[in-house]
Amino acid sequence: MIAKISALVGVLAVSIVAGVALGPVSVPFGVTLDLLWAALTGGTVPADLAGQYHIVWDIRLPRVLLAAVVGAGLSTVGVAIQAMVRNALADPYVLGISSGASVGATAVATLGVLSGLGVYALSVGAFLTGLGATALVYLTARTSRGLTPLRLVLTGTALAYGFSAVAMLLVFQAPRGDAARAAMFWLLGSLGGANWQSLPVATVVTALGIVYLLAKARPLNALAMGDETATTLGVEVNRFRTHLFVVTAGITGVLVAVSGAVGFVGLMLPHLTRMVVGADHRKVLPLAPLAGASFLVWVDVAARMLAAPEELPLGVITAAIGVPCFIFLMRRRAYVFGGR
Amino acid sequence: MRVEADGLTVQGIITDITLAACDEVVGIVGPNGSGKSTTLRCVYRAMKPDAGAVLIDGVNVHKRQQLARDLAALTQESQVEFDFTVAEVVEMGRLPHERDSARDRRIVGDALATVDLSGLASRSFLSLSGGERQRVLIARAIAQEPRVLVLDEPTNHLDIRHQLDVLALARGLGVTVLTVLHDLNLAASYCDRLYVLDEGRLVASGTPEEVLVPELIAKVFHVTAHVVRHPTTGVPQLLFDQEVTP
Repeated sequence: MIAKISALVGVLAVSIVAGVALGPVSVPFGVTLDLLWAALTGGTVPADLAGQYHIVWDIRLPRVLLAAVVGAGLSTVGVAIQAMVRNALADPYVLGISSGASVGATAVATLGVLSGLGVYALSVGAFLTGLGATALVYLTARTSRGLTPLRLVLTGTALAYGFSAVAMLLVFQAPRGDAARAAMFWLLGSLGGANWQSLPVATVVTALGIVYLLAKARPLNALAMGDETATTLGVEVNRFRTHLFVVTAGITGVLVAVSGAVGFVGLMLPHLTRMVVGADHRKVLPLAPLAGASFLVWVDVAARMLAAPEELPLGVITAAIGVPCFIFLMRRRAYVFGGR
Repeated sequence: MRVEADGLTVQGIITDITLAACDEVVGIVGPNGSGKSTTLRCVYRAMKPDAGAVLIDGVNVHKRQQLARDLAALTQESQVEFDFTVAEVVEMGRLPHERDSARDRRIVGDALATVDLSGLASRSFLSLSGGERQRVLIARAIAQEPRVLVLDEPTNHLDIRHQLDVLALARGLGVTVLTVLHDLNLAASYCDRLYVLDEGRLVASGTPEEVLVPELIAKVFHVTAHVVRHPTTGVPQLLFDQEVTP
């Protein structure tokens, strides 16, 4: 375990440096390291490197770090949600948060709602409607006997269709085509708007969420075995599921607000991690965020470089890289979660 | 440890079930749909009765802290989708207890040895046969070191040798065992006392000798039974006629 964690931390460190160095304007690795070192230690930068320093420190580094945070957060949430609803197809968006957020984002982009908030309008709009949607899913799915996994998934899926319809209606009613296009682009995920201000909230929320879930690894194992079994092992199932719901919705909401709805990561990274270490959440939860962080850093590099100077939506790249990779791994290994 | 069900009622399923068990093996028998599993689910807290209560050493299970340290259960739940290893599943039995890696590992190893599955510790739980899975779940219950063991049809999926092994094992633990059994002959052989449920109501209770009589079997199960003595143990055993009584 220690070896696996160390290896993934190493991979993540290299990925972050590479992610900062690579882009439409490449900065040599050595220079990147020097500039990062200078920035971190308060050293001086030669005048002729000022332009590259600006790229490295002000533009790329926050973006790469945000990619790492989003990747880590979505992977972890995916792990927790799949156990919470005991469903192999669940991802962070199964409870309607991304489609809910899309309503807010499209409303901001096409109708100019919240325009007083300037550049934050899209994030705030997406966050508010995303959480609103999740609250609605929670209240609709809840019964006197608590939250049952199937009801949660069905309610989330059904309401997601409704929210998506509203978002689509807004897109097609939009008077300006470019506003609709911006909304669509946001829906597929992008870190183009990342800056140092977008990092703190996302980082703190994700880190707290991961710490909470790591502490709950054993109850998550019990929950994965079934509600009755978890009950007999001393887990208060209804309360635990409600806590999980709040934690995962909180993380997802914040991440969607800063990066849009990046697909695939939260669905497949949990499975990829389980293929390597098995289902025990004490092994999956430390590794999935590290793997997800590195993965999304590279996805974002590809998003910047493949069609430079245009940027591609992250969701397109995650699917293009992830789907073949996942199918290859699944066929090669006897992986069984979700049916045999 | 003493387990009591006092007037358990679940609307439409069971009515006024009262039973008790204390450091003995107590069986619950009855036809399909007679409320056996529902009664057990109330005991292991998966269900809250509409009326009545389950008491463990006089304390309501819903008020008892750390109930899982004293009570373990083998449920009918079987749709596990996550691919845990056998050892990981058994180790879940340690969840209610203070963590102690070395001790936990030893208890898990012992529990697996008890159910005769030591060689499968690192195998995938989902790759096992139904009977092996059942034994792993029994090992998990043993690893929980309970003082009350609740078993919902523990002999399901097991071949005859493992049926006998599991029940002998449950007896050998020396704790209070409350078990639902379908096989009346196994119930007669391994239970100190039996409760008979029919249509959600308690219709008889007592030692196997007192309970397993042809009249009651005909009334509750609608089959004709003959009681014979087991040639070595002397416990009553039932032989059934082919035709069904009205």
